[in-house]
Amino acid sequence: MTTTEITYVGSPIDRVDGLEKVTGRARYASEHNPRDLTYAAPVQATIARGEVKGMDAGAALKVPGMIAVIWHGNAPRLAPSDAAELSVLQSPRVAYRGQYVAVAIAETLEAAREAAALLRVEYSEEAHDVELRADHPRLYRPDHVNPRLPADDVRGDPDAALASAPVVVDATYTTPAEHNNPMEPHATVAEWDGGGLTVHDSTQGPTALRGQLAPLFGMPPEQVRIISPHVGGGFGSKGLAHPHVVLAALAAKQVGRPVKLTVTRREMFAVTGYRTPTIQRVRLGAEEDGRLIAISHEACEQSSTIAEFAEQTTVATRMMYAAPHRRTTHRLVRLDVPTPSWMRAPGEAPGMFALESAMDELAVACGVDPVELRVRNEPATDPDTGLPFSSRNLVACLREGARRFGWDARDPRPGVRRRGGLLYGTGVASSTYPAYRSPSQASARAEPDGTFTVRIAAADLGTGARTVLTQIAADTLRAPAERVRVEIGDSALPQASIAGGSMGTASWGTAVVRACEALVRELERTGGVVPPGGAEASAATAEEVRGQEKYARHAFGAQFAEVAVDADTGETRVTRLLGVFAAGRIVNPKTARSQFVGGMTMGLSMALFEESVMDARFGDYLNNDLAQYHIAANADVRDIEAFWVEEDDPHLNPMGTKGIGEIGIVGTAAAVANAVHHATGIRVRDLPIRLDRLVR
Amino acid sequence: MRPFAYERPADVRSAVATLGAGTDAMYLGGGTNLVDLMRLGVAEPGTLVDVTRVTPAAIEETPDGGLLIGAGVRNGDLAAHPLVRRRYPVLAQAVLSGASGQIRNMATVGGNLLQRTRCSYFQDVTKPCNKRSPGSGCPARTGDHRNLAIFGHSESCVATHPSDMAVALAALGAVVHVEGPGGARTVPMPGLHRLPGEDPSRDTVLEPGDLITAVEVPALPLAARSRYRKARDRASFSFAVVSVAAVLELDGERRVRDCRIAFGAVAHVPWRAGSAEAALRGAPATVEEFARAADAEVRGARPLPLNAFKVPLAHNLLVRVLADLAETS
Repeated sequence: MTTTEITYVGSPIDRVDGLEKVTGRARYASEHNPRDLTYAAPVQATIARGEVKGMDAGAALKVPGMIAVIWHGNAPRLAPSDAAELSVLQSPRVAYRGQYVAVAIAETLEAAREAAALLRVEYSEEAHDVELRADHPRLYRPDHVNPRLPADDVRGDPDAALASAPVVVDATYTTPAEHNNPMEPHATVAEWDGGGLTVHDSTQGPTALRGQLAPLFGMPPEQVRIISPHVGGGFGSKGLAHPHVVLAALAAKQVGRPVKLTVTRREMFAVTGYRTPTIQRVRLGAEEDGRLIAISHEACEQSSTIAEFAEQTTVATRMMYAAPHRRTTHRLVRLDVPTPSWMRAPGEAPGMFALESAMDELAVACGVDPVELRVRNEPATDPDTGLPFSSRNLVACLREGARRFGWDARDPRPGVRRRGGLLYGTGVASSTYPAYRSPSQASARAEPDGTFTVRIAAADLGTGARTVLTQIAADTLRAPAERVRVEIGDSALPQASIAGGSMGTASWGTAVVRACEALVRELERTGGVVPPGGAEASAATAEEVRGQEKYARHAFGAQFAEVAVDADTGETRVTRLLGVFAAGRIVNPKTARSQFVGGMTMGLSMALFEESVMDARFGDYLNNDLAQYHIAANADVRDIEAFWVEEDDPHLNPMGTKGIGEIGIVGTAAAVANAVHHATGIRVRDLPIRLDRLVR
Repeated sequence: MRPFAYERPADVRSAVATLGAGTDAMYLGGGTNLVDLMRLGVAEPGTLVDVTRVTPAAIEETPDGGLLIGAGVRNGDLAAHPLVRRRYPVLAQAVLSGASGQIRNMATVGGNLLQRTRCSYFQDVTKPCNKRSPGSGCPARTGDHRNLAIFGHSESCVATHPSDMAVALAALGAVVHVEGPGGARTVPMPGLHRLPGEDPSRDTVLEPGDLITAVEVPALPLAARSRYRKARDRASFSFAVVSVAAVLELDGERRVRDCRIAFGAVAHVPWRAGSAEAALRGAPATVEEFARAADAEVRGARPLPLNAFKVPLAHNLLVRVLADLAETS
């Protein structure tokens, strides 16, 4: 065993797969071309509700190179499943416009697409309802909200407290439907071999995907293998199986050849999930000095008729600030819309836009500085659970951010900073994200040549997971990182939780540490000599994760924004964005900075641009390409900086980490909206803050 | 995508002959819009006639001091040309404000003029659209028309023309050179594009087989003081919400001697602001007069429920651009 003084955790080392990626050698899902490959082109429903009555494939089947058309009338039967979204082509029912109703398989992608366009689908159409409204008669309280939290929570008597509070803010905020648009669209190459199924996929969780796919085909998980070494972004949209994966596997089974299905950008607006639109009413009751007496945060959101996805919009409000009286609720309505799902910081991102906008309104109402207002409402223990925080450094983030941003010189008056044709303003918002951890397994192997291999079915979405796991393993093994190879992205590896909920490093890192520790012990037994056949050890963390101490574990942050609003056109540009985060120990400052800055950029994009526009008559999202659905371009991201405060939290995991994948997007939109108010005096409560909301 | 033939004619005459033969052929320039439309099934040509090698790709000075811009000139080259930048800054600015560097390096001048609306309904073959499928209806009028027309629209169509370049050319009074089955002719701008009326399927006055070979920008010394300003949702790579191209010349007493103004993203055509121009000529170069001129133009607007904001936006943009131009005069 080699010993070394180097500690990798905490070092900004380069990505271990960086060279592979920039030289194009890293292969992504759709770049796999097995022999006899065929191509799939799905057909999407053109009604929002009803039934498929018939399919005329006459013209489609005449396309040269055409192999098969599959629809519910001839599709292989899948095992019955609770996951209605995954019961692809099993029923004539259409639950939303854009749902897959057929697929054309051909020798080339061009032929498949042409055939799909020539298919004539006959529908019986029913009246549909796709409009989320706060007074919708079918709003209901879901049993739980994502991931499995209570829908409602009431402490004290918020109504009475609000009625008697000296200062009250009562406002409704809305956030639109938003779609994940990772650079790499979803893609699947499915191949059956001797009864087993191999799937090259772009997924955030090979183990989880295998677990969803295998039962549909009536197989034990071991007969399904998911291979996904590289993923070009996911943001949650590749966290759960979506219908295209099943469709590819089902089609491959039907035609007896491998099938490649690459989801188009347009299809993504119907079949790979999105962030639900929200309507949120926030009421804050406070003393004259801004100390909160009551917080009420009520959210309305949507899901599809075939799946209940209830986003946890108001959950962060349960633990952000101290207040004796509090109500947080979620109401859901099931509409004839595509099924919403995870999008970076589901819950926190839209919920904290509302709460942190309301806090800014309260600061204005009380005449208290917005940073100071938040400091005044800092709780001693978690207001939700009553537990102590494992660590909570929101105040440190606010103070450090204020110092770096130059906040202290801020004149609170709105609409008074005009330079040229531009109105300038600054805003602040708090940020937070829970520090979760899930059970995972890992193995570690030593070879006689001094190299090590660590295996775990983790996923690297471009986050740097492969790199940080290498650092964690190298430190535990006390070996140079160059000698440690981390294998991830394959369900044949020891099973792992998904890359989601900002818990990848915490969950996988724990398993990697334990496996490496076990290997070190194994090697100590052999006197440090690796036997000719190598040495191997493995670990599973279910017990450790279940048995962890009772603490409230959350990361916190503070976001500061400066905007310039064109006084004539209402065009808003974010001229400065600065975030300070307290997220436990930072394993790799280089990749971590990218995570924070990436999240903040997505938050800027949410603040100013992103909106999926529903046409209620048709029932689909209209702006389904990147020319119409705007995400921030380079020119929109000007001066952006991310910092973190040191946290030494012994109650988290062996690495001392909290997640960093999502917190960067949380609070950004509120900081921007608050800055727009400071610049213009106009309070925009409906995202995105486009020029039409400001031009006068 | 429907299978199609690809032809690369030897010269303009044979290109025109190929299309004039009554086939379902279309000309292919840079392909930055047409190929997308083919992928979407919106355009289904049986033959693509690639004209990028037969239409001129050079920018030449005309004897009177104007420029003759070949239809095959790439947008990027147009914007970078020293004479364009010096004599017609509004044109260079307009081109540079559009699309991205990669797209500008592919897109041609002729193709830019003939790009189709980005109305979402037009681009979705599963939905009605009078422009794409005459007689099927216009869902935009009662649907999502935030980005669509406030001037000159009809019951049939509320689409806008998406080009930035065309707005500058309309303000400059450019002349389009066309080679058609009946020979060569010229079409002045504005006038190339047409209002939708009852037949929105036709974007321009061009006839089947007509090929744009060049765009001539007349000598216009006052255009050295000109500006393009584009209000947009994001800072780059987005179509205009409203844009304005303006040329302003003041006399010694700081009165407006002459001006040229056109709006983009407000109509089915680049919208030459004749009322504003008339109100400005001879008027003192003050913000009050600029506002009065802008009022004169936007008075004719007929906004739809979701794009009423474009009226103050167009007004404010024009006042600002005129004020900026006057300040540097």
